[in-house]
Amino acid sequence: MLVSVYRYNPDKDEAPFMQDIEVNIPEGRDLMVLDVLGLIKEIDPSVAYRRACREGVCGSDGLNMNGRNGLACITPMSEVVKNNKLVIRPLPGLPVIRDLVVDMGMFYKQYEKIKPYLLNDTPPPAIERLQSLEDRDKLDGLYECILCACCSTACPSFWWNPDKFVGPSGLLQAYRFLIDSRDTATAERLAELDDPFSVFRCRGIMNCVSVCPKGLNPTKAIGHIRNMLLQRAT
Amino acid sequence: MVASVTSLGRSGVYDWLVQRVSAIVLAVYFVFLLGFFAFSSEITYEIWKGLFSQGWMKIFSLMALAALGAHAWVGMWTVSTDYLKNGVTRFIFQAVCGGTMFVYFVWGVQILWGL
Ligand code: SF4
Repeated sequence: MLVSVYRYNPDKDEAPFMQDIEVNIPEGRDLMVLDVLGLIKEIDPSVAYRRACREGVCGSDGLNMNGRNGLACITPMSEVVKNNKLVIRPLPGLPVIRDLVVDMGMFYKQYEKIKPYLLNDTPPPAIERLQSLEDRDKLDGLYECILCACCSTACPSFWWNPDKFVGPSGLLQAYRFLIDSRDTATAERLAELDDPFSVFRCRGIMNCVSVCPKGLNPTKAIGHIRNMLLQRAT
Repeated sequence: MVASVTSLGRSGVYDWLVQRVSAIVLAVYFVFLLGFFAFSSEITYEIWKGLFSQGWMKIFSLMALAALGAHAWVGMWTVSTDYLKNGVTRFIFQAVCGGTMFVYFVWGVQILWGL
């Protein structure tokens, strides 16, 4: 199978280029794209990419495969390969450090901005802050995010304003803390999101929903935040 | 919080709401006009002038004109902050858009009350 890999080593290359590599895929097996990268590494050990858990939990091998973002470790070839060809590129919109490795700094900055931790100004109880089962249920579909950045880097609004628009991943997490019954900083959190960029750059393109490897729905969370902001303002 | 002084209401919620409300006003206005064309057997200068000489139609048209201005401002501002990364170019673009909308508005008032 022909695999075309994005290559760029800023120390050596003047510009990025695509390298075509012929890979022998073992018969009768539907390998994951990460396995294909492993085979490529045997042919050309200089190809750089990130990986860790290899089972869709750590979120480090987010890549663009045949034009679609996803985790290489849980994306079977049968899902992305077309006409016996696979094009592998780094996640779009972030600066490339080398080959398929991107600089996630901007993505993490947006995550940091939404204060992704519990804020509670009441005295801490002796053991733990309790939550009813119903309140806990509200966190389902939000807390599972592994920060792989597949969604934010598939979002045109994030491409144009990565420094101002929080992006789908950050906003999903913002909502996770906005509806947590143990968090008392809801008003402050909402005040931080009220400008024309942080939340309102979302145009409901929904690329985030279609690529999230965890099946989460950032667009829905953004809709909830917008409703909370509207309630507060009207 | 991202500061911005050139957006219409300097608040995301405000701009969002203005965009939706103005869209509804424009939709109602154009549906009304289409209905007028569809249901009047013939349209002569007198009938057309008669429609626009009524007070409520003037107010309705002015409302649509204001909605158009606000809608266009929010829209063009958003487009400019997405695609124009050079601050000076962006400001000139916004100034031209704002100026054009102002001219259209005043011109519209002149036409409506000059009939
Ligand atoms: S929402 Fe989904 S795609 Fe986005 S960072 Fe979290 S796990 Fe990845």
